[in-house]
Amino acid sequence: MTEVENPGSGRDAEKLPRAVQTTVRERVGAQSPMTTPEAVSVRLTVNGTRHSLLLDPRTTLLDLLREHLDLTGTKKGCDQGQCGACTMLIDGRRVNSCLTFAVMYDGARITTIEGLAADGALHPLQQAFIDHDAFQCGYCTPGQICSAVGLIAERRATSADDIRELMSGNICRCGAYTNIVAAIQQVMGRS
Amino acid sequence: MISFRYARANDVADAVRQIAGDPDAKFVAGGTNLIDLMKMDVERPTKVIDITRLPLKQVENTPGGGLRIGALVRNSDLAYHPQVEARYPVLASAIMAGASQQLRNMASTGGDLLQRTRCCYFYDTATPCNKRERGSGCSAIAGQNRMHAILGASDACIATHPSDMCVALALLEAKVHVSSASGDRVIAFAEFHRLPGETPERDTNLDAGEIITAVELPPKGFATNYTYLKIRDRLSYAFALVSVAVGLELDGDTINDCRFALGGVAHKPWRDPRAEAALRGRRANAATFADAADVLLRDAKGYAHNTFKIDLARRCISRALMQAARGTPQSQSSKKIA
Ligand SMILES: Cc1cc2nc3c(=O)[nH]c(=O)nc-3n(C[C@H](O)[C@H](O)[C@H](O)COP(=O)(O)OP(=O)(O)OC[C@H]3O[C@@H](n4cnc5c(N)ncnc54)[C@H](O)[C@@H]3O)c2cc1C
Ligand code: SF4
Ligand code: FES
Ligand code: FES
Repeated sequence: MTEVENPGSGRDAEKLPRAVQTTVRERVGAQSPMTTPEAVSVRLTVNGTRHSLLLDPRTTLLDLLREHLDLTGTKKGCDQGQCGACTMLIDGRRVNSCLTFAVMYDGARITTIEGLAADGALHPLQQAFIDHDAFQCGYCTPGQICSAVGLIAERRATSADDIRELMSGNICRCGAYTNIVAAIQQVMGRS
Repeated sequence: MISFRYARANDVADAVRQIAGDPDAKFVAGGTNLIDLMKMDVERPTKVIDITRLPLKQVENTPGGGLRIGALVRNSDLAYHPQVEARYPVLASAIMAGASQQLRNMASTGGDLLQRTRCCYFYDTATPCNKRERGSGCSAIAGQNRMHAILGASDACIATHPSDMCVALALLEAKVHVSSASGDRVIAFAEFHRLPGETPERDTNLDAGEIITAVELPPKGFATNYTYLKIRDRLSYAFALVSVAVGLELDGDTINDCRFALGGVAHKPWRDPRAEAALRGRRANAATFADAADVLLRDAKGYAHNTFKIDLARRCISRALMQAARGTPQSQSSKKIA
């Protein structure tokens, strides 16, 4: 991968205001470890940063972010749609990124756990998860939080039963479910 | 996963032209079943045609008073569509009983119809499986068969169709609109999925080269007396052991019209005209419902680990018919069984 213009890559850039990040962190490069004749070009905006990529079409969004874009906040649990650890938002909708081919999402706007905090302030759901002790090992947490962002945007949940059902796509091996529901209720109560 | 060529289709004509004559090409829509199976090397397309840009995302009223659902309408959009919630609540309920919200946000109407069995041997390329490899044998018959069929199975395959949505579509007598390079046709829902017979490798009567463009619902939606009852190993995010969709029309407590369909029990959503006939004109009560269950299950056959499903199905049918008759459909949120 080559970064054509990166005066503020890495940690420093994350301190910059969002609009600045977008302009200075435009990246162009061949992301595929092997350049196959099947490589496909795709443009994605990830957490406000535009990327132009040339990809082996087998690459999932999950692997693209973790292995090529160095965004390891999103976790891989099962790689088969069965756990929710890989949940991210595509154009605002929560999905399992392990069951996507990145090339199918040309032009999409992707938000991961790394993109939720604004100007150094935690997203209300991140804060609520801390307030309610809604994790133990934390491995499922990025997926839980992205899923909860999607849940709240969908505006369908009105009760704890609804939250439990609509969050059932996120498995927590540590069993932090009770506190996860409480954290989400705290944020829903405010919004 | 094997390497493949990726292509985008611009419209239906382009999609069917791209797939025509290429037996190793596959369409991809939501990707939630195809990509999973490609990772397992069960599906090995050499070309993947992305149809997500086709204009098949509308839900429209038909001149005949029904509803036409584009093949790319996502499960969650369909379940939450005001027309579906109001006029076809059994469909909304069945969709919400399946998978998770993340998966429903991805899964398409056409892909849901074509999702493949969850038989563990079908997924495991190290084991024989007639559905995956014709003539190799069926590992489930003498193996792990707890999730498998109790109706309509064959010596070649005892797998079940895993879809919840399709059970409601069978009940509603939907029609499947398909196109190919040689023209369009409409397939009745009952004719869409197949029983395994000697050709378990074929799940449906969709021909190679055909694309699903829409699913059409007739006007009758059973919006008053309906239910979708799904019994599974977890309360959510698990495939059905047995599920039952019901639509009734009552006159007082007399059953004027009745349909019910089962999921998790056969290679296709299971309806039985004789069992439905056993209900028409009779009083809606426990004895009537038990009779209908007995008729539907008259030829049921269990295997080493799934005979419990016969009794489970009997009880689910009675309970679901009662839920529908009382107008207390199963909630997919609170899991209490009314
Ligand atoms: C962990 C998990 C749990 C699940 N639980 C449930 C559950 O409880 N109940 C349930 O019902 N389902 C469940 N599902 C299955 C899910 O509903 C299906 O995977 C989904 O409906 C498939 O739709 P798709 O658009 O993603 O299909 P894709 O994966 O894109 O395609 C599936 C197949 O259909 C073909 N295809 C797609 N669209 C068309 C078209 N328009 N014309 C012709 N061919 C087409 C593709 O070529 C492919 O062969 C679960 C899935 C997972 C991963
Ligand atoms: S039941 Fe069908 S899918 Fe399962 S192993 Fe037998 S042939 Fe294969
Ligand atoms: S890693 Fe995607 S759902 Fe488990
Ligand atoms: S906190 Fe450990 S898996 Fe959820």
